[in-house]
Amino acid sequence: MKQAGVFLKKNKSFAVFAALALAIVAVAVFAPWIAPYDPYEAVMTDAVQAPSAAHWFGTDKLGRDLFSRVIFGTRTSLAAALFLVAVISVFGTMAGVAAGYFGGMVDSVIMRISDMMIAFPGMVLAIAVAGIMGAGIVNGVIAIAIVSWTKYARLARSLVLKMKNRDFVAAARLTGSTTWHILWRYMLPNVIPTLIVTGATDIGTMILELAGLSFLGFGAQPPVPEWGLMLNEGRAYMQTAPWLMLFPGLAIVLVVVVFNLLGDSLRDMLDPRNE
Amino acid sequence: MSHDRKTEEKERAILEARHVTKEYPAPGGRTLKACDDISLAVVRGKTLGIVGESGCGKSTFVKMLVRMEEPTAGEILYEGKDIAKLKGEALRQSRRHIQMVFQDPMASFSPKMKTIDILTEPLLNFKKIKRSEKEEKAKELLRMVELPDELLCRYPHSMSGGQRQRVGIARALALDPEVLVCDEATSALDVSVQEKIVELLVKLQRERGISMVFICHDVALVQSLSHTVAVMYLGNVVEILPGSKLKSEALHPYTKALLGSVFSTHMDFSKKIESIDSEPPSPVDIPAGCPFQNRCGRCMEICRREKPLLRQIRPGHQTACHLYRP
Repeated sequence: MKQAGVFLKKNKSFAVFAALALAIVAVAVFAPWIAPYDPYEAVMTDAVQAPSAAHWFGTDKLGRDLFSRVIFGTRTSLAAALFLVAVISVFGTMAGVAAGYFGGMVDSVIMRISDMMIAFPGMVLAIAVAGIMGAGIVNGVIAIAIVSWTKYARLARSLVLKMKNRDFVAAARLTGSTTWHILWRYMLPNVIPTLIVTGATDIGTMILELAGLSFLGFGAQPPVPEWGLMLNEGRAYMQTAPWLMLFPGLAIVLVVVVFNLLGDSLRDMLDPRNE
Repeated sequence: MSHDRKTEEKERAILEARHVTKEYPAPGGRTLKACDDISLAVVRGKTLGIVGESGCGKSTFVKMLVRMEEPTAGEILYEGKDIAKLKGEALRQSRRHIQMVFQDPMASFSPKMKTIDILTEPLLNFKKIKRSEKEEKAKELLRMVELPDELLCRYPHSMSGGQRQRVGIARALALDPEVLVCDEATSALDVSVQEKIVELLVKLQRERGISMVFICHDVALVQSLSHTVAVMYLGNVVEILPGSKLKSEALHPYTKALLGSVFSTHMDFSKKIESIDSEPPSPVDIPAGCPFQNRCGRCMEICRREKPLLRQIRPGHQTACHLYRP
């Protein structure tokens, strides 16, 4: 406990952003208790009301409480983004480590596939994939995963390439370590810190991409409370009811900023040059 | 008589390289010949020293002996069985017989592993001990290389160079190998520590009857501990002779030049320290004839045309030089 205190004191910015990120996670987890209304409950008589004491963020065109929808939107965005980052970082790392360590054929195949993915603008490719598979939050996640794993693969590959010809890896092989053991005990532990930092920074990006996809109509579908989708729904009322775009937009900015800064502070903390 | 002697020697050889060649592709479609048709034998319980200047192929050669590299051609016989072409699990199993001490002890340990894990990893790899026996076995290995038990939980970066190299030796001996390969094992250390490490190696060799391959560019050091010395130049073995007779009986002009360039505090300073003029040719285009021709003071017409092969001068002494043709 005392050690944790010292640690947080030494890494102030990390402590602050980790607390904020935890707060956001808490909002997502406890959404039903925080939100005053059911986010799906339409009360047509209350449609498009300005923010007030009863409806802090106002109501949308179907009379749903915007504050409740923004709160529940945290669940959708955060769950999807965290799942996405987990999938692409695990898969991308495995592909990259395999490509770097085995080289030759394995390397060529994996890296050419990844080149193909990089050759297209990510969003365009994601729209194409989502378009082919049909709109929906799950398909949106799959689409973004397909175009985003390459970053992790390249990173893991370059780290492994830098390491695999080191003497201590040769020594490990010489003393009878199996390939599996070398990958597990030598390659992965050296790759993981960098990838955690990248992953943390990526959470924000992923939230942004998912919101973008939903905004364009390829992600979440109504009536799911999702920030990107809510922005799109509010677009038509921008002149008369600006709060419909303002609050989901603010939510996106806030969450993305917090997770990006968390990633940055994590990088500063884990950077070996700072030790 | 020489034939009988040869077969007898072969029987006693525990590790033998036969016509081993290693080529690497070089830019421009050329090849770099790092080792050219090398045949050397390591006798059971004895030390084979290999000397030569940087880039002569001695490191490549031992990398093939320990199978970090696969020879382009030739055989490597361990107890009469060719290990040069082994792959996968068979290769892994064969590794326990031949172990290596690396040049830079810092680079040869993972910075994230403690001594206890470094020392017991080989044993766990071959399932020779259980996890519960790690500490006991690691302590035993530390004692063998005369290190205190408290290094058990240290990381490599918090040990001294000499301590690290002792740990390196302990790791190499953990599997109880028959052959120990030391690739410039003392070059990264201070001279005072060097001596201690060499003493330890010699002591361990005597106690355990292991055979050693000792690579070094320090001629004085090599001759002091090797039973046989092989002199390498530009990928070729140019002379093989007993270590004790290196100084007195060396014939090859390159070996003599190496001996003449030795510098030590015990030497006779009235004599000039010889240096060898110019650089060896690039191993990418080795000229026809003798590899040493452009630096040799006694180069003859034939040396430019024909490459001299190793020829027996007397039992245990071979040299590859046209000056000593029968």
